[in-house]
Amino acid sequence: MTVLAPASAEPHRYLQAQIRWHGLEIAFWIAALLPFLLFKTYLVLASQIAITALFALSLDLILGYAGIVSLGHAAFFGLGSYTAGLLAKLGWGEPLTGLVIAAAVAGLVGYAASLVIARFRHLALIMITLGMGLLLHEAANSASWLTGGADGLQGVRMWPLLGYFRFDLYGVTAYTYSLIVLFLVFLASRRLIHSPFGLSLRGIRENPVRMPAIGAPSSAHIRKIYTISAAVAGTAGALLAQTTQTVSLEVLSFQRSADVLVMLILGGAGRLYGGILGAIIYLVARDQLSGFNPQYWYFWIGIMLIAVVMFLPNGVLGGLAWLRAAWRGKTA
Amino acid sequence: MAPRGMAGQDSVSAPALSTRGLDKSFGSLVVASGIEFALPQGARYALVGPNGAGKTTLINLMTGMLRPDAGRIFLGEQEITSLRPEERVKRGLVRTFQINTLFPHLSALEAVTLAVCERRGHGGAWWKGLPAYREAVDEAYGILFSLMLGDYCYRLTRELAYGQQRLLEIALALATKPTVLLLDEPAAGVPNEESAELFDAISGLAQHISVLFIEHDMDIVFRFASRIIVMVGGSVLVEGTPSEIAADPRVREVYLGKKHHG
Ligand SMILES: Nc1ncnc2c1ncn2[C@@H]1O[C@H](COP(=O)(O)OP(=O)(O)O)[C@@H](O)[C@H]1O
Ligand SMILES: [Mg+2]
Repeated sequence: MTVLAPASAEPHRYLQAQIRWHGLEIAFWIAALLPFLLFKTYLVLASQIAITALFALSLDLILGYAGIVSLGHAAFFGLGSYTAGLLAKLGWGEPLTGLVIAAAVAGLVGYAASLVIARFRHLALIMITLGMGLLLHEAANSASWLTGGADGLQGVRMWPLLGYFRFDLYGVTAYTYSLIVLFLVFLASRRLIHSPFGLSLRGIRENPVRMPAIGAPSSAHIRKIYTISAAVAGTAGALLAQTTQTVSLEVLSFQRSADVLVMLILGGAGRLYGGILGAIIYLVARDQLSGFNPQYWYFWIGIMLIAVVMFLPNGVLGGLAWLRAAWRGKTA
Repeated sequence: MAPRGMAGQDSVSAPALSTRGLDKSFGSLVVASGIEFALPQGARYALVGPNGAGKTTLINLMTGMLRPDAGRIFLGEQEITSLRPEERVKRGLVRTFQINTLFPHLSALEAVTLAVCERRGHGGAWWKGLPAYREAVDEAYGILFSLMLGDYCYRLTRELAYGQQRLLEIALALATKPTVLLLDEPAAGVPNEESAELFDAISGLAQHISVLFIEHDMDIVFRFASRIIVMVGGSVLVEGTPSEIAADPRVREVYLGKKHHG
C-alpha cells in the first residue's frame, strides 16, 4: 500500500457492536422460562415449539445465511428421529448419547448430500432437495419392518434424563430438555455466524460469482455448513422422538419441510431469531386457530404467508428492525 | 519447472502472465482465436477494442471463469490452464468485473475483511468472532482507506455511490494480494472527471503488481498504459506503445474510427 492507514479503533468498535448481546435477546431467553410459571398446561406445546425452532434454526443456517434453498430438510429431521427412536426401541434409551448419535447420523448423510448440493443453485436445488426428501419418505414407508411404516415406530422407551428426570406427561422434562438443547445450539450458531466462516457464508448468499474471484472455496464452505445444518436438524428430530417416545412417518413428510420453510420466511430468514420467532407464531397460531376451526387452518396460513411476503419481505423480525430504525431516525 | 527458490531470479524475463494459442467459441461465434498474450512483470498494459471484441472473454479465460477450447495459460512459469478460479486467485491472478459484482448487503468493511480472511486462511474458522482477527480487520481497513473509502466502509455496499462501488471492486481484488491484476473497465459508468481519479489510484498501486486494464477512453489509455493491445473480433490486431498505436492506420480504422459511432 502506498497510503498507510492511521491506526483506527473504529472498525473494531463497529464489528464488536455487531456481536454484542442485545437487551432484547436476554429478555427473550428469560421469557422462554415463563411457560414453567404461567402456562404449565402448555409445556407440551412449548416443547414442540422449542424443537421446531431448533429445526427452523438449522434451515436458517443454510438458507438464511448461505442462501441455499431446501424443500426437503425434513429428511435430516426424520433421520434424527428414526435414529433416536430405533436406538431406544432396540434397548439403548439413554437420551443424551442417543441425541449425539442421531446428530452424527444426520450429519453424515448431510455431508453425503452436500457433495451434490454444493454443485447446484436455485431451481435445480429446489428439485434436488425435494427429490431427496420424497425419496427418504418413501424408503421409510416401504421399510416398515424397520420403521413401522405408516403405523409409526412403536415401543420407544426412554430412560430418565441424566438417569434422574423422567419424561413426564406434563412435559416438564421435555420442555426443559428441549429448551436447553435449543439454547446451546443457538449459542454455537451465534458464534458461527459472527465468525469469518459466517461472513464467508453471507458472501456466498450475496454473490456466489464473486466468491471464487476473491479466492474463496465456496463449495467447501457449503459442504461444511450443510453438514452442520443436517446435524442440527437431526438433533431436533431426535428431541421429538425422545420427548414424545414415538416416531411417525410424518417426521419425513414434505409437509414438515414446507412448514419449516414457511416459519423461517414468516419470522425472517438470516436473522438467527427469525426461525425461532416463526416457530412460535406458527405453532401458537395453529394451536389457537385450529381450536375453533380446524379445517380452515391452512386458509389462515395462506393469508399470513401472502401478507408477510407482500408487506414484510424480510419477515416479522425484518419488519421490527425496520420499525426500530425508523423510530431511531425520528428521535435522532 | 524451475525450483521455487530460483523463481525470483529466473522469472525476471518470464512474463507475469501469458497465453499460448488460446481459442474459444460460443457456438459459431468465435470470441478468441489463437490469442498469444504476454504481460511482463510490473507492466501497466491496456487492452482495447470495440464492444464485443472479446476482451472480457479473454479475462474470463485467463482467470478460469471460462474454459478455453484450446490453448494454455501460464502464471509466471507455472501452467494454470486447468486450475479452478479460486486456485488461480490463491496464486496471485486476480480480476475485477466490468459490471459491479459485489456483496450488496455486506458493508464495505465486511466485504474486504471477508476477502482478507479468506486469503489468510481463516475462511473456515467458525469459533471466534471477527473482532478476534484484529490484523485482518486492520488490513481490510487499510485497503479501504488507501482507496478513499475509509469513511464510508461501514455502509452497506448497495448504499454506496456508484463510483465508490467501483473502488470497492478494486479493494476486493487488492485484499487477495494479487501479483497480476486484470481490471475489466474499472471506470465503466463513472463520469469522466472521476475516472481520472480512479486511474490515479490504480497507477499508485505497488510496482510489483502487473496490471492489465480494459478501458474505452483513449485519453486515459494513452496516459496510464505503457503498452496497448488492440483486439478485434476475438484476435489481437496489434500491440505496441501508445505512440505506435496512435499512428497505426488499422487501429484508426477499426477502433478509433468507430468510437464516434458507438
Ligand atoms: N457466455 C456467453 N455466451 C454466448 N456468447 C457470449 C458469452 N459471453 C460473451 N459472449 C459474446 O462474445 C462476444 C465477446 O464478448 P465480450 O468478451 O464480453 O466482449 P468485450 O468485453 O470485448 O466487449 C460478444 O459478441 C458477446 O455477445
Ligand atoms: Mg467487456
